[in-house]
Amino acid sequence: MTELSAHLPQFQHGQLTENFPDNHLSNTNDNSERRRHDNSERRRNDNAESETNGQPQNNMQQVVEQDEEEDEELTLKYGAKHVIMLFVPVTLCMVVVVATIKSVSFYTRKDGQLIYTPFTEETETVGQRALNSILNAAIMISVIIVMTILLVVLYKYRCYKVIHGWLIISSLLLLFFFSFIYLGEVFKTYNVAMDYITVALMIWNFGVVGMICIHWKGPLRLQQAYLIMISALMALVFIKYLPEWTAWLILAVISVYDLVAVLCPKGPLRMLVETAQERNETLFPALIYSSTMIWLVNMAEEDPEAQRKTSKNSTYDKQAPANQTQNEGAEADDGGFSQEWQQQRDNRIGPIESTPESRAAVQALPSNSQTSEDPEERGVKLGLGDFIFYSVLVGKASATASGDWNTTLACFVAILIGLCLTLLLLAIFKKALPALPISITFGLVFYFATDNLVQPFMDQLAFHQFYI
Amino acid sequence: DPLRIIILIAGAFFWLVSLLLSSLIWFIAVKTSDSGDEPLQKGLLIFGVMLSVLLQEAFRFLYYKLLRKATEGLVALSEDGCSPISIQQMAYVAGVGFGLMSGAFSMINLLADALGPGTVGIHGDSQLYFLTSAFMTMVLIFLHTFWGILFFHGCEHRRWWEITAVIVMHLAVSGSTFCNPLYVGSLVPSYLLMATAAAWAYLLSGGSAQNLRRFLLCK
Repeated sequence: MTELSAHLPQFQHGQLTENFPDNHLSNTNDNSERRRHDNSERRRNDNAESETNGQPQNNMQQVVEQDEEEDEELTLKYGAKHVIMLFVPVTLCMVVVVATIKSVSFYTRKDGQLIYTPFTEETETVGQRALNSILNAAIMISVIIVMTILLVVLYKYRCYKVIHGWLIISSLLLLFFFSFIYLGEVFKTYNVAMDYITVALMIWNFGVVGMICIHWKGPLRLQQAYLIMISALMALVFIKYLPEWTAWLILAVISVYDLVAVLCPKGPLRMLVETAQERNETLFPALIYSSTMIWLVNMAEEDPEAQRKTSKNSTYDKQAPANQTQNEGAEADDGGFSQEWQQQRDNRIGPIESTPESRAAVQALPSNSQTSEDPEERGVKLGLGDFIFYSVLVGKASATASGDWNTTLACFVAILIGLCLTLLLLAIFKKALPALPISITFGLVFYFATDNLVQPFMDQLAFHQFYI
Repeated sequence: DPLRIIILIAGAFFWLVSLLLSSLIWFIAVKTSDSGDEPLQKGLLIFGVMLSVLLQEAFRFLYYKLLRKATEGLVALSEDGCSPISIQQMAYVAGVGFGLMSGAFSMINLLADALGPGTVGIHGDSQLYFLTSAFMTMVLIFLHTFWGILFFHGCEHRRWWEITAVIVMHLAVSGSTFCNPLYVGSLVPSYLLMATAAAWAYLLSGGSAQNLRRFLLCK
């Protein structure tokens, strides 16, 4: 499931799911099953005259099998294209994060920590540091779990307004406040003189267009660009405010959590996806990166889950809840961090626009028109939380590794390969899959291995100018 | 073409894994030895280089096996019974993947350092360090590409001598870099080997002198 948690410290779950048109076998969705049977029934009725008593069952089964085969062929055929459609945005996000980390020193400067990671890592002993980072990670993860469960509960009880408001506040914060800080730091780095009026105009335009694109309608490329930008901003915040050991631990624990939450029958993300599928609703399109967006209008209109991720700074958070009651404070805290984004990891292959009208239209089509739907229109979806955590990994690698560019490059390739494998598994299993575990595992393994093993080797080779 | 990009990245990944394994073994060897003994350290480094070359070729073979299996899958899935990408194209892309990753790992830290202030060879080392590194990296990238084609062709047609030739060439090129900073001993043989490998790969891919002439005369 993709969790959209517009609130802060929610974690993100990456999920890969495929939504094929209902004629095809893809999800374990009851609706699609029913529709497939409906179509099969129709076919059977059509062939009723030519069948004997024993035949109908076989024919129906054969027809269903043929559907499945054709479905699989189409899936795997366009699998490579889907992979590239995800490679490009993930690469762009990582490039933006690495470029910023390398040039703007603000994001590598230690300016305190978030309230979600209260224990400091500047301790005297290694054991103390390890303990502190474990505690930090535990706190962060529990906040994320609480946020996810809260989101699922809100969604289940149809509190769409609350979720909607949550998301809007989150994206407002991200698009205006964080980009203002980013712009300020970039100007400082390059020593560009700028007045407040120009900055206000720029940020206002950037933010308003971003809100419109993400939550309402807009050109697809612009929406994708905005989603990549806010993922990068969120990742930069994480890189800045999470101390080292805590960051690695959080990455590791979050991929385990992602695995559990998406695949276990009682996992919150899985429940979220299943509920959304039962209600035939799309899941929070504002927090999912989609490579194709056809029925944007429908989606925007009937999608109550337009969520926004708000990630607030911990410092900002401290000030905000000060004057609020406990309940409000909790909500404001929730909305502070990028967890909303993080909860939203959802990978789906297939058009997101599986609106009731579209499904009705598909159902009404005769059975052999299932291949008339252009497979090229199928897009891929990846939750923004995945973008964020991939970028956090690569950004941290470029910020703190001794092997520097080698480590960054190694993590980059590892993450891309993990994504490729995840998409391959998606093509095979055709149900919601977490996008984090494989990539993050590869990324972590390659980070530590390259930093500690490969870097001394390459260093020595470069010193003597040997080539391998 | 998306399939080629995936094969490229996967090739880079395989090279990376081979480097990881070889540096792991080197690291263990260094840690269990006397770090003050200079000739020993250099000897271990040379051993590491040779081992790395052998492991790279081993992983190239593993990648070939993987691509073979993938081709069968692609053929089974395609409509007209033939794979959308031929094994020769895969060989080329795999070679480029290996080469790009090898070049990137060799060069990128140098490039990053070159952006900053400094004087090349101020402590008495060669002043041509950056230049020769660049040329050596370039020749290695080309060589990896050609070796990819040669290697896959050898595996495909069961010609073991082609495979051994690739391994020997790789060992020779890496070995020639041991005489750096005597650059004439490393760059010249490497470029000659590259020309040989280029011609051989060109002939194996179906090219001929006639094709070349026609291409050059724009017929």
